[in-house]
Amino acid sequence: MAEPATRSAPVPLYSWAAVGLPLGLFAWLCSFVPEVSAGESRHWEVQWLPQHDIALSFFVDGLSLLFALLITGIGTLIFLYAAEYMRGAPHIGRFTVFLTAFMLSMLGIVLSEDLITLFIAWELTGVTSFLLIGYRHEDATSRRSAWQALMVTGAGGLAMLAGFVLLGEAAGTYSLREILADRGALAADHRYHWILALVLAGAFTKSAQFPFHFWLPNAMAAPTPVSAYLHSATMVKAGVFLLARMAPVLGGTEAWTATLVTVGAITTVHSAVVALTRRDLKQVLAYTTVMALGACVLFLGVPTQTIEGDVSAAAAAAMCLVLVHALYKAALFMAAGAIEHSTGTRDLRLLGGIGKRMRWISAGIVLACLSMAGLPPTIGFVGKEALYSSASAAPSGTVALVAIFLASALIGTVALVLAGPLLWGRLTEAAARAKPAPWQLWCGPAILGAAGIVAGLAAGPTFGALVLPAAASVGELPEHFVPSLWHGLGPALLLSMATWGLAALVFWKRRAVARVVSSSLSIIPLTGDSAYDKVMHGIAASALGLTAVLQSGVHRRYVATVFASLALVLATTLVVRDAIHVPELVPEASFFEWMLGGLIAASALTVIFTRSRLLAIGSIGVVGTAASLIFLLFGAPDVAMAQLMVETLVVVIVAIVLLRLPSFHYEIRQNRFRRFRDAVVATAVGAATSLVVLAVITDPPQRSLTEYFERTAVPGGHGRNIVNVILVEFRALDTLGEITVLFLAGSAVCALIQRRSRYRRLGSLVAAGKASATATDPELSQR
Amino acid sequence: MNTLILKETARLLFVLILLFSLSALLRGHNQVGGGFVGGLIASIACSLYVFVADAADVRRLLRADPLRIAAAGLSLAILSGVVGMYSQGSSFLTGVWVEVLGIKVGTPLLFDCGVYLVVVGAVLTFVLEAKEPVVPASGDSRSAGRE
Amino acid sequence: MDTIIALLVGVLMGASVYLMLRRNLVRFVLGVALISHAANLLLFISGGLVGADPPLIQVGADLPGEGVSNALPQALILTAIVISFSVFAFLMALAFRAYESLETVDPDAMRAAEPPRGWKSQAAERTAGTA
Repeated sequence: MAEPATRSAPVPLYSWAAVGLPLGLFAWLCSFVPEVSAGESRHWEVQWLPQHDIALSFFVDGLSLLFALLITGIGTLIFLYAAEYMRGAPHIGRFTVFLTAFMLSMLGIVLSEDLITLFIAWELTGVTSFLLIGYRHEDATSRRSAWQALMVTGAGGLAMLAGFVLLGEAAGTYSLREILADRGALAADHRYHWILALVLAGAFTKSAQFPFHFWLPNAMAAPTPVSAYLHSATMVKAGVFLLARMAPVLGGTEAWTATLVTVGAITTVHSAVVALTRRDLKQVLAYTTVMALGACVLFLGVPTQTIEGDVSAAAAAAMCLVLVHALYKAALFMAAGAIEHSTGTRDLRLLGGIGKRMRWISAGIVLACLSMAGLPPTIGFVGKEALYSSASAAPSGTVALVAIFLASALIGTVALVLAGPLLWGRLTEAAARAKPAPWQLWCGPAILGAAGIVAGLAAGPTFGALVLPAAASVGELPEHFVPSLWHGLGPALLLSMATWGLAALVFWKRRAVARVVSSSLSIIPLTGDSAYDKVMHGIAASALGLTAVLQSGVHRRYVATVFASLALVLATTLVVRDAIHVPELVPEASFFEWMLGGLIAASALTVIFTRSRLLAIGSIGVVGTAASLIFLLFGAPDVAMAQLMVETLVVVIVAIVLLRLPSFHYEIRQNRFRRFRDAVVATAVGAATSLVVLAVITDPPQRSLTEYFERTAVPGGHGRNIVNVILVEFRALDTLGEITVLFLAGSAVCALIQRRSRYRRLGSLVAAGKASATATDPELSQR
Repeated sequence: MNTLILKETARLLFVLILLFSLSALLRGHNQVGGGFVGGLIASIACSLYVFVADAADVRRLLRADPLRIAAAGLSLAILSGVVGMYSQGSSFLTGVWVEVLGIKVGTPLLFDCGVYLVVVGAVLTFVLEAKEPVVPASGDSRSAGRE
Repeated sequence: MDTIIALLVGVLMGASVYLMLRRNLVRFVLGVALISHAANLLLFISGGLVGADPPLIQVGADLPGEGVSNALPQALILTAIVISFSVFAFLMALAFRAYESLETVDPDAMRAAEPPRGWKSQAAERTAGTA
């Protein structure tokens, strides 16, 4: 997986320029912090589709500000990192554009005020992340991973759209602020369970919750800056964001609590266990990401209010976890990328002692792992304390407590596994070859690792500025909630100590544990990944089957299908409307009219049965001429003239062309059964059409349009030939379309014939002679 | 079929039918006729000529590629629609009428002329492309036709 | 006459469908020519055979006289005739070109744009192989 890069290539200017965008946005968003932490919010709006009450509107409150700051802040470091990491890689310009577009659509999700805007931004992150994950599109694994991420999150996104539409209908508005202002109204709506299920489908797929978690580890095929960005602060947090955003209106019910706690707990424990068995640095990080997301979901689901009215701090704990995880995970991903950049491998077993070569990176890793393991004085410790205290305070928080305890212990083990060998292990061959990384690569991990410590030491201000305003958007906070590094020797601290103990124990026995876990995991017959493959193959197979039915490749079968369906539709309509009118046995008509009718019918049958081309041409002409006589009889001289002349021209052209085509004597006659079958279809179509016409003419025709044209022809159209006035005045646009068709048909014929002469010019005279021979001699053409 | 009598008669008929087609076009707004009918009559006249002479002769007579005639007609029709759009500020293809020497002339007539030209051009394209010998004496029928 | 025309529309439709189902492009093209007649007559009859006089307004009058035929379907048919003629001419050229290139007028032999014979089993094998 080494980068195919020429390291001597300079960093393009736009890569540097791209860093400025997130940096500027970060600074701009920081200016809202005082205002928002005081409990206010900002709002911008641009009218988009006012007819449908859809506006392009954005707002900033505590929740959006926390996420937006993470997106832009970590984004700045990632852009800086990517500029160096991707140096010399192909299509850096494209990569930069994708990454920028992704960041902006991610900001769109967290800042949008309108449900539809939110959905569009949501899908945009899906598309841009597809492009980013599949950036190495020459690699089949990359393509599959990108495709998988798009399918899974896209399917969830569509479910979410349906949920949003229901939500908008139930609430009567698509404006998030108005929906959020009306807390509790939705839970009573009869559509509530549908809305909940659909919105959760969107959130769970995006945030890689069990059983949809499989796409996230696969998405590690992306270049490391992308993984670092998508899987720490952004893409996968979108689902968590959505849940937090919707918690005030959708949350608090039994269904919400049961689903979120179950899914969150399973995801947390499952992914923490799997993380132990992985050896690839990025895979380990991917599974710990899933674990953190599961924990966020779990704590958003923990009921925030007891029967007595006390509120728990679960929301604050979840928001704190979002911050903690974004900081340490981005740092670790960037560090992993930097190590791979220097050594060419990501296998943990080959990287022992790398810390002795890459000091800044190692510092970043150590700080990040401290935060990950929840050791003081990092923000991770504060966050874990908050998790424990809120889970133990919450009603029915036992499940959450057990799950988070197990997961924290295992994550602690993972932190030891990551940091231990890298720093203190024996120097391996690959590690010895490592060169020190350039500053752009180590500054990200170092800054983020340090930020974890600083935020932990200043836990009060951090919470006051970022976490508590965000948590206030999710749910109420207990009044006495004051986070700090030192809470005294309470149950939370005791639990933390037990966690560290368990982590150390598992680390000590890690080989045995990994063996047991691997063998027990292999018992599960169906993983999400293989289920995805099965579904995709099912879709492909059913598409093939459908195509096999629809596209037989035989022209006559298409024609027969079209006309048989026509007959069926017409007959059904006639029966349903009860509109079948059987004509009297001998219709009233003059002798001349009978003759005309008989002539047309006889000529039409002649065209079918004759084996002489001249007779067929002549019969076609007779049909047209007789039709023009009918037009003339019933007051349509314009039509009659046009028909007569067209008929003449048809006979001229047919006579010229048809005689160059092979004679009917050589045509392939279908067998008796097929002819019978075709005759049945043809008779059905004919009979159905006749019956429809008979049904139509029993009612007097609607003449209001005709009367309008008759009235206005002279005053409005300045003409006394009503037909012509309609053509060139009232319906001139139609006529314009029709003469355009005529012109195009002329061009097409010209092109067809000119092509022929070009071929001949290129071809030899022999070929031309052969063509002429086969064109004129029917015997030759039938070889 | 290429008798001298037919050839000479056809030449005379050609002119007569062409005149008839023009009258059908021009009176079409008030009497039976119009762009479609007139155009078809004119193309019958030319087809008649195609049969007695050959495609190359007709092309020479037309002095332009029939497809270009059709294109000119289409442009004329569109142009007549644009006139109404600008002179009266109303929508595309609105009729504008003025009186010249006691005769009412309007953009619909112009439009009808466009229809006439498109019909003549397109139909002649069909007929000429069909009539052109599959393998002419020279290798290239198109260049022979344009001489 | 209404009934006769209604029956004629059916006969023409049936005949053209039968022609389109032949294994011969020439018959197919002739079927297309017939079906346009059916369509024109259908349009004409649905406007009603109300009068035998052409829809013209006398000089000096503002309205057409009594017994004038329905002008609207006529306008529709007039353009339909010319369009179907151009489509017919195009089909003719296409059939001719097809015959020139492929030296056959059997549509069953024209499979360049269709899935190859036996593609179903091949595709099934491919799917089974990857699954």
